[in-house]
Amino acid sequence: MNIDWQHFTPWASLIGGLLLGVASAAFILINGRILGISGILGGLLPPKVGDISWRVAFLLGMLAAPTVFMALVPAGFASEPRIDAGFWTVIAAGLLVGIGTRYASGCTSGHGVCGLSRLSPRSLVATLSFMGAGFFIVYILRHIV
Amino acid sequence: MNNTIHRISEFLVGLLFGLGLILSGMTDPGKVVGFLDLFGSWDPSLALVMGGAIAVGFFAFSLAKKRTMNFLGGLLRLPNSQVIDRRLVIGSLMFGAGWGIAGFCPGPALVSMASGQPKALLFVLAMLAGMVGYELLDRFIHAPRKAKLNPS
Repeated sequence: MNIDWQHFTPWASLIGGLLLGVASAAFILINGRILGISGILGGLLPPKVGDISWRVAFLLGMLAAPTVFMALVPAGFASEPRIDAGFWTVIAAGLLVGIGTRYASGCTSGHGVCGLSRLSPRSLVATLSFMGAGFFIVYILRHIV
Repeated sequence: MNNTIHRISEFLVGLLFGLGLILSGMTDPGKVVGFLDLFGSWDPSLALVMGGAIAVGFFAFSLAKKRTMNFLGGLLRLPNSQVIDRRLVIGSLMFGAGWGIAGFCPGPALVSMASGQPKALLFVLAMLAGMVGYELLDRFIHAPRKAKLNPS
């Protein structure tokens, strides 16, 4: 194993991670809800009466983030995004993520951050499964195919 | 009035979460795949993202477990499912495969879409289609099958 020092951003990633933790903490303690993106989004498909506005408020806040970030940090994003996947690959990946996260009731935020934080064995299994699948598929795509 | 406070608070938490995703590098699929590429040139950044988030989250959830009400006076909704089943594992494996292929998970994909990236928009549309597909599958295949197994 060799480390990619060129792209390694320890401080930005650590501080960014702390912000994710503070947001998850605020959401459970102030609003009483688990901060899980796939669940918040999926709960709108289809929308259910009385269970819409909090999801929309949260999602609008997330969607405002790039604009606010650019205003706070005019120099731009910490790292310029690199998207290697092509058209059909992106579609296939999106479908897998959509079905998989709903089937497993959670993604990186709900199971990975909140679930591990509250020491849930169920979320540990989910996190090990999606991390394992991620490591495996990247190994196949980058080193075998 | 109370509702307004809730909506503002949810908006601000969403904003903070989005800012955290951008700052941490999660909105860069190259960085995500760089983390998942253990046998190539490995970028450990995401371990610090998860570590930082869980370090804060651990204390928050320890406190949350001792409470039944949230700070605004409503219910504190902690998940109570302990079930580890095929749905959980197969769903997570599917999610992880998609995550590794494109380098997007749901949150960062939404934020990247909002920053105007066409591929993130495409990913989000496919993801929404997948979520709707799951709902249909659940309603027309899983639910009837379960009803047949457990007639009430």
